[in-house]
Amino acid sequence: MTPRAEIVHWLFASGILLLGLILLAEAIVGQEIWRRRRWRAYLWPSLAFMIGVLLWPVSVFYTNSTLHMVAHASWAEMAMIAGGAQIAVVRGKLKSRWWALTVSGAMAVSGAAFLIHEQNPWFFSRAAFLHHVLGWVLLVTAIFPIGQAVKPRAFVFNAGFALTWVAVAVLLYCDRDIAPIFGHLSPLAGIPK
Amino acid sequence: MSTDYVGRLEERIARRTPRMVAIEAIGPLTMLGGVVWAIAQPYRLAFLHPAGKGFYDWLVEPPLLVIVVGIVFAALIAPGIVEDLRGDE
Repeated sequence: MTPRAEIVHWLFASGILLLGLILLAEAIVGQEIWRRRRWRAYLWPSLAFMIGVLLWPVSVFYTNSTLHMVAHASWAEMAMIAGGAQIAVVRGKLKSRWWALTVSGAMAVSGAAFLIHEQNPWFFSRAAFLHHVLGWVLLVTAIFPIGQAVKPRAFVFNAGFALTWVAVAVLLYCDRDIAPIFGHLSPLAGIPK
Repeated sequence: MSTDYVGRLEERIARRTPRMVAIEAIGPLTMLGGVVWAIAQPYRLAFLHPAGKGFYDWLVEPPLLVIVVGIVFAALIAPGIVEDLRGDE
């Protein structure tokens, strides 16, 4: 008895919202104060890595098509790579600030996966609409980690990166399996609830 | 109320920098977002609209999840940051 897909999306939204708030706090106080307590430095990379790990069961149990499975598995891989690389940076095993680009890569791949695996047009259903929005949000905001690599202390990049995850969480909370949007809903999508 | 206590309280409030205020506001604002959402869309809460709701609908109620995230941030993460900011300034 697995929960409906929308319920899983809401649970992930909660984890991603917490990630966004943590990143926002780090952007506000700056890296020096943020890393004054060791555990705090590991907080967001660990959370990103854990989200990647938890995406694997989703890939296995929520695969109504090969494309869905590949998309979810690619998010899982990229979240784990980005989180793992950042854990190594915090630990001091990796030194270069350019490792921030793994996060950018993860966001770009995730955004592309959203757009590629959504086979329906924007207004087919709410889920289709949200997939398109999420895909473009992630693709466009992948610029923020690049900015962080170039200018690690720039507030605009750090805050932009944090708010991206808050926005992603809001979009995931909006996900409903079947719900009308803007009055346009294909009858093939199901009965609106 | 002791004037000494009020004096210390005023001093403490005066010493709060914008960064401290911002950090302390994140959790309550998130909780407020959850409350506003619950008022705007009460049908997303199973205990307000129980008809036809299953086990997972009772377990996972999105506005409540937002409030929980706000509580987690306010209770576990914000206090340490504010303490470090206070020590720094």
